[in-house]
Amino acid sequence: MANKIIGLEEAAALVPDGATISFGGFTTQRHPMAFIYELIRLKRRDLYLFGHSPGGDLDILIGAGCVKRVELAYEADEAFNTIGPRWRLAVQRGEIEWEDYSNFAMVTRFNAGAMGLPFMPIRSLFGSDVLSRQALSDEQRAADSRTSPKKLHVMESPFDPADKVVLLPAIHTEFAVIHVQKATANGTVRFEGQSFADVQQALCADTVIVTAEEIVEEAELRREPERNLLPYFTVKHVCHVPFGSHPYAVFNYYDYDPRQLKTYHDGAEDEAAFQQYLDKFVYGVKNHAEYLEVIGGAERLEGLKADPAFGYSPDLKRRRLE
Amino acid sequence: MADYSYTLTELMAVTAAREIKDGEVVFAGTGLPMLGAMLAQRSHAPDCCIIFEAGTIASQLAHLPMSVGDPRVMRGAAMAAGLSEVFSYVLQTGRVDVGFLSGAQIDRFGNINSTSIGADPRQPKVRFSGSGGACDIACLAQRTVIIALHEKRRFPEKIDYVTSPGWLEGGDSRQKAGLRWGGPDVIVSTKAVMRFRAATRAVYLASYHPGLSAEAVADDTGFALDIEGAAETPIPTQEELRILREVVDPERIFLK
Repeated sequence: MANKIIGLEEAAALVPDGATISFGGFTTQRHPMAFIYELIRLKRRDLYLFGHSPGGDLDILIGAGCVKRVELAYEADEAFNTIGPRWRLAVQRGEIEWEDYSNFAMVTRFNAGAMGLPFMPIRSLFGSDVLSRQALSDEQRAADSRTSPKKLHVMESPFDPADKVVLLPAIHTEFAVIHVQKATANGTVRFEGQSFADVQQALCADTVIVTAEEIVEEAELRREPERNLLPYFTVKHVCHVPFGSHPYAVFNYYDYDPRQLKTYHDGAEDEAAFQQYLDKFVYGVKNHAEYLEVIGGAERLEGLKADPAFGYSPDLKRRRLE
Repeated sequence: MADYSYTLTELMAVTAAREIKDGEVVFAGTGLPMLGAMLAQRSHAPDCCIIFEAGTIASQLAHLPMSVGDPRVMRGAAMAAGLSEVFSYVLQTGRVDVGFLSGAQIDRFGNINSTSIGADPRQPKVRFSGSGGACDIACLAQRTVIIALHEKRRFPEKIDYVTSPGWLEGGDSRQKAGLRWGGPDVIVSTKAVMRFRAATRAVYLASYHPGLSAEAVADDTGFALDIEGAAETPIPTQEELRILREVVDPERIFLK
């Protein structure tokens, strides 16, 4: 069996400027944050991001100036902040290019790519401006092969002309980075809890990088193969990154960190405060281990640990952020 | 007048909860819809099936989630999968009875904008989160419940972007656009409950919240609001309030 384990820094360095990439997770859970902080420290530029409902992963990348174009459905941390602050500012200032879809549409696009199909139909979007308007012009699309030349296409069913569907173009990325609970050196992966669209995102990428809370023996994950959702040979690299999704949650391992999220969101709309955040938590630390110290070290992390009976921390102090 | 007090958030959560019938499949979102769905499950609709788009089916929430991707939605769930399974097999096939929606602007036909403010969405004055699953829920749930802040500017004649299609231009325009079923059933706002006339699909005032009048609600609405036959919104029962406060949100995350 292969040993696909490499260091986090080494893995992040594989992503060049201008790469097309998607990250796993959903709003407040299982984003590969440690990997994202590495990309920011490496000062990667002009990334093309694809997502359904990302959260602070895309927001901080956009704020740090790493992103050229994004195709997504939603960008926020839900109840922690109903708008991604750096996403909002970047769009309003014309600093990034983007295209709007719905979650179902984006997941279908990943699915098409994962199946090797050029497009897939859905019944959604009719009557909406998600269908009738586009943020990226035809010229922008034609000029860059990393974006579909057409946002979508409406067609009648060839079997029943009264039945209309919306065809969505497949997504094919150079990289997908997903953060999971358990992986083996060989690339067998275990998702616990919701799988979000990680499987589809991984399978439509050329290079899949998995960051995992725990590296376990192959035999352990092969005892219940029905719970392993990705063929091991589609995974190129595996990194061992405990607390790799902080400040977001990982089911069965740890909860989100409301204090860290508050610190981020309180300052993110202010240039100086956002720069301070980056300086303290990203540029000011050498690596993920130092990051975990700066956010409060073992004591802070202990308070986030999941209660095995729940998969999260039932006593966690949470407050809605105003 | 009741001899007990309740907040506006509690009134809205109870009003939303009463829209859920026992045994229904409910597609819920973060905030008030979660309060409403959790209350319904703990009161009149113990067999409602709460679905979250991030991949869980039939959650029996013990703690209020902060997001639909929160590990808390795993509690008591009958199934955990991903977005593709929920959207493709459950929502697209018409298996969701009721979905919850909200947004920054809503028009008289229940079309909702949660994308951006400004005439040109490519150069918006204010940008929001975007559709997420809202457009899909609006298109494919059998009916939808819309939660709204009731202000004149939020109920304009014309919204800047149709993120989530309602009854479109009214009449049979929704069907003609290619949406075979579904549509908005009710708007629960901070001032009122509004429903839609069967013939025109235009909104009308069903009830105004206690302390307000039909005229006052109409004054705070950007389009001409049909107030014929409007009554006062029924208030929460003490039992509903107890469940909300002691069981649903004892941490006071969404309840004020």
